[in-house]
Amino acid sequence: MDIKHEAPAFALIIATMSKGDHLLAATRRRVFLRSALAVAAMPLLPVRAETSVLRIGLTPVFLDDQLSFLTRWRAWLERRLKRPVAFVQRGNYREVLDLVRGGKIDFAWVCGYPYVRYRHELRLVAVPLWRGRPYYQSYIIVPADDAKSNSLTDLRGKVFSYSDPDSNSGYLYPQYRLTTLGENPTTFFSRNFFTWGHRKVVEAVGVGLADGGAVDGYVWETLAETHPALTRGTRVIERSPEFGHPPFVARPDMSAIELQRFRAVLLEMSSDAEGAELLHLLRLDGFVAGQPSLFDEIRRMAARVRQI
Amino acid sequence: MIALADLSLRWKIPLRVMGAVLGTALAVTAALVTREYDEMRQNLDAHGKSLARVLANTLVTPVLHDDIWRAYEILQSARDPTAIAPELQADVVLVTDADFNVFVSTRPKEFPIGSSPASRGGVYGRLRAALVKTKATEQQVIEPADSVHYFVMSPLVADGVALGHVILGYSKISFVPRFIGLVGQAAFVTLLVLVLILPFSWFWARRTGEPLVALADAMRRVPGDLEVARLADLPKSGDEIGQLGNAFRRMVGELKHKQELEDQMLVTERLAAVGRMTAGIAHEINNPLGGMLTAIKTYQRHGAGDPLANQTLSLLERGLTQIRHTVAALLVETKLQDRPFEPADIDDLLILVEAEARARSVTIVIESPLERALPLPATLLRQILLNLLLNAIAAADEGGRVRLGLGSGDGMLRFSVCNDGKHIPDEQMAYLFEPFASGREKGYGLGLWVVYQIVQQLNGGLSVDSEPGCTTFSAEIPYVEN
Repeated sequence: MDIKHEAPAFALIIATMSKGDHLLAATRRRVFLRSALAVAAMPLLPVRAETSVLRIGLTPVFLDDQLSFLTRWRAWLERRLKRPVAFVQRGNYREVLDLVRGGKIDFAWVCGYPYVRYRHELRLVAVPLWRGRPYYQSYIIVPADDAKSNSLTDLRGKVFSYSDPDSNSGYLYPQYRLTTLGENPTTFFSRNFFTWGHRKVVEAVGVGLADGGAVDGYVWETLAETHPALTRGTRVIERSPEFGHPPFVARPDMSAIELQRFRAVLLEMSSDAEGAELLHLLRLDGFVAGQPSLFDEIRRMAARVRQI
Repeated sequence: MIALADLSLRWKIPLRVMGAVLGTALAVTAALVTREYDEMRQNLDAHGKSLARVLANTLVTPVLHDDIWRAYEILQSARDPTAIAPELQADVVLVTDADFNVFVSTRPKEFPIGSSPASRGGVYGRLRAALVKTKATEQQVIEPADSVHYFVMSPLVADGVALGHVILGYSKISFVPRFIGLVGQAAFVTLLVLVLILPFSWFWARRTGEPLVALADAMRRVPGDLEVARLADLPKSGDEIGQLGNAFRRMVGELKHKQELEDQMLVTERLAAVGRMTAGIAHEINNPLGGMLTAIKTYQRHGAGDPLANQTLSLLERGLTQIRHTVAALLVETKLQDRPFEPADIDDLLILVEAEARARSVTIVIESPLERALPLPATLLRQILLNLLLNAIAAADEGGRVRLGLGSGDGMLRFSVCNDGKHIPDEQMAYLFEPFASGREKGYGLGLWVVYQIVQQLNGGLSVDSEPGCTTFSAEIPYVEN
């Protein structure tokens, strides 16, 4: 169920409620904002309709909820690629993956876990550099006021929050970790739920809705810089080994020329002034072409977890 | 209570009106506050039920899909931390499953997922009991006395099956400031209205009480001080108080009239008594007096020429003669046979008093002189008028004037003599017509006595009216035309 699609309907229901409801005003404002953005985006489409639109799928492997950033990045990409670009966002990884696997979109920034699962279909384009290296970690976090829990095993029988079932750091790693500890991941926690985004895992753990959660270490560290109030509610109790950073992938039937052109643009990003500025907003240092072997560790974990 | 009952209407009426105004204001305020409170509660209930219903409907899918985060986001979206009306903001929202375990809540730390709120005991345990009692599809509002919250509960129903409940906990305390604000506002408006109304009410009530107070004041002066009572400023209106005022004025008028009559009668009776006694004494003196004078005359005519005896007898004779004159003056007797009173008699009177008038530079004015002779004894009338004129000239200021007015008709001669001298003091008025009552050094004080006696004997009436600058003696004497 996509939250964004349901929100207007929810607003309509609330609109029937009594006057003086401030909730109503707030909801309306949100709906209005969304409509305004849609209207603002519309004139751009027909102008560039002559050349085909390059469609790029995005997932919450980075902070994909920064609309102003996305607008700038899209403009930058359009200038570089000399063709219109559209970002495609969905409520979970699965939908974006289906789109790119089915060739409905051209590229997608996805997690290493689905990449290794569909590595025979998808084609690796580029891997981001974080702190100078194409690696990241998974963090196990607990609420900041929980001083007792110091490892994943301390969360037995608690409520645990995953980000997305197709996420490496937010799902696969904790599953793998429990498996290697000889635990059954499906019964280890009393309850678990998905928030469909790393940032929301931080929120859920921060307010105490979940007693623990698994989150993308890169996202957590970036949030710690940009939204310290969010991460302050959480405490990292475990850091995973390093895994290949979520890569850009291309649809199966992507031509080599186009793939190369897009890869070149990404690799050049750090050497361009505005590109570097955009990268800094993401707290990334650039992109490298990357090798599929970068994700061998994830593949190994996925194989281990699937055996159970 | 007695002190209150004795309080003047001057205060009692305004105080009662104030009381009525205050009472009304308080009653209206209380009614308004009660109404507002009810409305507020109804609004809150309606709002709570509505929100609970919306949440329940919206949460069915997340609960069915066990999507805790989604449910939590929905609860969060129903909150507005910057709400203007904080009492409309649910303090806590719980979503429970069919076993009354927490599915999700807005306070995850207080209500951990999967725990039973009933295990906290107290209020939440009773909520569960209340849920068990009612039908699965009904909304409920529960207000436990010992809780800081009151609760609106709405079932989560999918296809007729209860999945759990949405429980909205509203703070009773956040309700209090709004209510206090409401009471404060009502009190302020009431106070404002009172400030505007009270002075008017006070003034109006004082006005209502004033005539009664004035009437009571005037009544207190009856019968001692009738003149003040008569002149009191009493209400002049058509209502009961006005009628009372009129009746009072009438009563005082009649009382005064009666008192005057009594006074007059007293004077008349006294004068009559004095008259009878004087006549009796005069007769008793006259009889031996005549004999004594005759004896002296006889002795003088035939007696020896003893010079000492002659001198002594002569002295006795003059004394006795003086007594006779005095007695004669006291004993006014009407001579029935007399000539009629003519206009020429007035001229004679003027000549007689002229010397006196000139001596004091007093002008005599005659108004409407007599036109014809009247069948009244001229000698007596001349004496009356002469006495009155001489009195008036003597009383008039130096260079003043005396007015003589005459008139006749309907068998009645009316005349008045008026001077502009000092008025007769009240204490002298009562004894004015008695013999030897004169306030002056000159004369015996028999002038007015004689006038009074003659007027009485002629069946007439005599009155005096004296004010500063104008003292008038008036008389009416009846006559019978031939």
